[in-house]
Amino acid sequence: MPASPTLRTRDLTKVYQTGEVQVHALRGVSLELYPADLVVLLGPSGSGKSTLLNILGGLDNASGGEVWFRDQQLTGLDDRGLTQYRRANVGFVFQFYNLIPSLTALENVALVTEIAERPMPPEEALEIVGLGPRLNHFPAQLSGGEQQRVAIARAIAKRPGILLCDEPTGALDSKTGILVLEAIERIHTELGTTTVLITHNAVIAEMTDRVLVMGDGRILEERRNSQRRPASELHW
Amino acid sequence: MTPLNRKLYRDLWRLRGQVLAIALVIASGIAVLAMSLTSMEALTETAVAYYERYRFGDVFASVERAPEYLADRVRRLPGVQAVDTRVVKSAVLDMDGFQEPVIGLLVTVPERAPPALNQLALRNGRVPRLGYPDEAVLSEPFAEAHNLTLGGTFRAVLNGNWRELTVVGIALSPEYVYTIGPGALMPDDKRFGIVWLGQEAMQAAFDLKGAFNTISVSLLRGTDPDLVIARLDEMLGRYGGIGAYARKDQISNWFLMNEIRQLESLAAILPTVFLVVAAFLTNMVLARLIAMERSEIGLLKAFGYRDRDIAWHYVKFVAGIAGVGIVIGWVAGYYFGLLNTRLYADFYRFPFLLFDPGPRAFLIAAGASLLAALAGTLGAVRAGVRIPPAEAMRPPLPPEFRRTLVGRSRLFRALDQPTRILLRQIGRYPVRSAFTALGTGMAVAVLVSSLQWLDSINHLVDVYFRQAQGQDITVGFANTRSSEVTRELARLPGVRTAEPMRVVPAKMRFGPREEREALQGLPADQELSHVHDAAGRYLHLPPDGLVISTQLAEMLQVRPGDSITVEVLEGRRPTLEVPVAATFETYIGSPAYMDIRALNRLMRERESVNSVHLRLDANQQARFYRELKLVPQVSAVTLKQAAVDTFYETLAQTLLIFIGFFVVFACTLAFGVTYNSARIALSERGRELATLRVLGFTRREISYILLGEVGLLTFIALPMGCVLGYGLGALLLSAFKTELYRIPMALQLDTLGKAVLIILAATSFSALLVRRRLDTLDLIAVLKTRE
Repeated sequence: MPASPTLRTRDLTKVYQTGEVQVHALRGVSLELYPADLVVLLGPSGSGKSTLLNILGGLDNASGGEVWFRDQQLTGLDDRGLTQYRRANVGFVFQFYNLIPSLTALENVALVTEIAERPMPPEEALEIVGLGPRLNHFPAQLSGGEQQRVAIARAIAKRPGILLCDEPTGALDSKTGILVLEAIERIHTELGTTTVLITHNAVIAEMTDRVLVMGDGRILEERRNSQRRPASELHW
Repeated sequence: MTPLNRKLYRDLWRLRGQVLAIALVIASGIAVLAMSLTSMEALTETAVAYYERYRFGDVFASVERAPEYLADRVRRLPGVQAVDTRVVKSAVLDMDGFQEPVIGLLVTVPERAPPALNQLALRNGRVPRLGYPDEAVLSEPFAEAHNLTLGGTFRAVLNGNWRELTVVGIALSPEYVYTIGPGALMPDDKRFGIVWLGQEAMQAAFDLKGAFNTISVSLLRGTDPDLVIARLDEMLGRYGGIGAYARKDQISNWFLMNEIRQLESLAAILPTVFLVVAAFLTNMVLARLIAMERSEIGLLKAFGYRDRDIAWHYVKFVAGIAGVGIVIGWVAGYYFGLLNTRLYADFYRFPFLLFDPGPRAFLIAAGASLLAALAGTLGAVRAGVRIPPAEAMRPPLPPEFRRTLVGRSRLFRALDQPTRILLRQIGRYPVRSAFTALGTGMAVAVLVSSLQWLDSINHLVDVYFRQAQGQDITVGFANTRSSEVTRELARLPGVRTAEPMRVVPAKMRFGPREEREALQGLPADQELSHVHDAAGRYLHLPPDGLVISTQLAEMLQVRPGDSITVEVLEGRRPTLEVPVAATFETYIGSPAYMDIRALNRLMRERESVNSVHLRLDANQQARFYRELKLVPQVSAVTLKQAAVDTFYETLAQTLLIFIGFFVVFACTLAFGVTYNSARIALSERGRELATLRVLGFTRREISYILLGEVGLLTFIALPMGCVLGYGLGALLLSAFKTELYRIPMALQLDTLGKAVLIILAATSFSALLVRRRLDTLDLIAVLKTRE
């Protein structure tokens, strides 16, 4: 195991003030993510997994504790610093794909490579997710699974330090979902990107090395799978 | 309150920025409309009441000298209600502290009883008493211009004798609502004023005992003035009558009525622009609202609400926006109307002002804007209502984009992705984009068409005064003088050049058409007062024949080569057939020129003049003016520089205020269009922009995508607006065209530049307001929700 983690947190807390009620979304989360880790964050709604992902992705600031990306501390960064962090290091995959409808598949990927420091060619990224022949299609002309694969290509084309996937199969049927997971798996294998997958689907946990089970704002349990199951063998 | 109505109020409140932006555009239209209509109403009512209360005549005529008993014969003419006779003469006045000669129009007022017609509205003091021939009443603007109050004195040349007159009264008269001196284009209260003297005193001073030289007639209701005019002309011809005319041709009334007509044009043209744009904006906002509320509409339908309930709900939303605009527009229109009417009242002098606008103007304005807004949104409402409930509850399909030829072009492929996004967005909604550009273009157009007046006026002044008039001063005489007077004036100190002019009142006829127009005789090649066309060319006058303005040619429908009948109304009153040698274009008046020698020959007179143009040595002006005041029979003095100055001063008072209004209105328009376009773009694409933020795009980069679209459309709008502005300006100018003025289009490049900069400032301001909203985009919600 390499010495220095890609991402690490210590005693991370997050408190939302909604009206007069304080919601403790995170109550002290400490974790370390290493290069080439493929981690699943498992937990029911309200367990704090999305909040954790938002903070790891630089979308939100923690109320307490620390977050480090390599040797850079994220806690305390202002909007400009966080934007720069996301731009350079984070790849996002959303539940609802969030493609730009006015751009083709290729252009959606190019959108990110244009502002990245050492990206791969957009065509190559699309090739990895198996969409080489559909480069010039607009999102409305693609199926849900294809759209999600474009989104994955868009996320990895900049060679991010960390890939964050928020319920990437949540809007898809199981067959299409597995195709998407296969793409994530392949990228992880080929590029060795630290990857975090959020899901409430326990089956997906079987394709990873580490499973973090969250509940009530804490990491309740950390499991290691002795053997990863290929995504193609999963079904739900 | 029903839940739907509660939703309505909340929607209006939630969208208050956009609602207000549209309401302001509507309000601008209403304000212009209400301002024009209320000013029209106030001016008309004031004039009617003033004319009636002070018995303004219906028909007027001047003669050289007619016996008083003629008035009784006129009184017996059918249709005549009352008759009043007077003596009216011009005189040189000498006012304390004012170097230049001043011209007073001396008008008699009976000492014993108020006149039957054209009564004075005394503002202060009284009329002259019998036996006090040196008592005078001054017109109020003239007294104010010279700081004269009751008891003040000034000197006047009455029939060749200097007399000191004492002010005993200050008055206004329905005859002189607009007091314009001979040869002037604008009132100049310092150099021209009305002086009323006792009738018997003035008759004595001018050797007109038992005689008059002006007659006014009022008519019984329903009498055709033309019939009375014809009878009067018959009766007065032998007394030197130069033709009777109706109230509509009376100079003061003509200007006033013309002003009212111009307000009518203003009311018709400009509000239309604002209301059309407002209709488009309302449609844009409503279409977006309905798109966002698809599932609510589906739900309501599922609950059993009928189509018409839902349609009515959105109609009320539109009415709500229009309602806010109407209320703001009413208040603004009322105050602008009041301000405008007061401005007019300063210019046209009334003893009282009836500004009590009835509901009519406001109801018309409100009705027009409500109709425009509803008509504009009919399509959106219908489309919203038509969605079947099941479909309405599903999210709308993502907008479909296709690769077009442009999209495949090499040029397009060279663009970065954000630029492609904004270009495709425009291409995806071409009609909406076109209307947005058109709306901003309209704002530019309104601005250009307002600002261009200054260019036109400058051009007019340049051509009319600077190029055409080489003289510094023009001296007019009450009667025709021998040409010796030109040489006499040339000998006055400081005179460099003197040029004679002979003006003869005449009626010109061609076929069934007849026009009264002064025939002006000038040297064949003029040194000072040039016969010039609109292009600034000087014209040589042929030895025979007329050179007439295209305006007169149009009114008579003659062409060069035709002969027109000229009935001279002076001297031996010959009637002649004179060929038209050439026509030329003018901006002011409808003049007819002739070689002065040919004119004198036709008149069968020796070399005669009744005006002399002079060029002066600036250093000797004071001496010249002192001596000029001693020259007998001077009835008019026109100073070119003073005329230019008053022209600009008057315009500064009126036109600049108008332009100020329109700058505000145009900015409102530009603001309304840009703000709504950007807000709708933000609402439609907020999720897209937030996604980009999550992907690491900076605020500046996503601002480019959002505002670049608006910016690009503005960029297209600017040149389009300049072209539209040219058209709108030409339309306004042609609507303001009269027989007296034809204001030329003379749009300057820097005016376009100013308009463009002002609109850019307004659009940038609204873009900035929307830009600030990008800071509060919810990045986290984007990850979780599907639109």
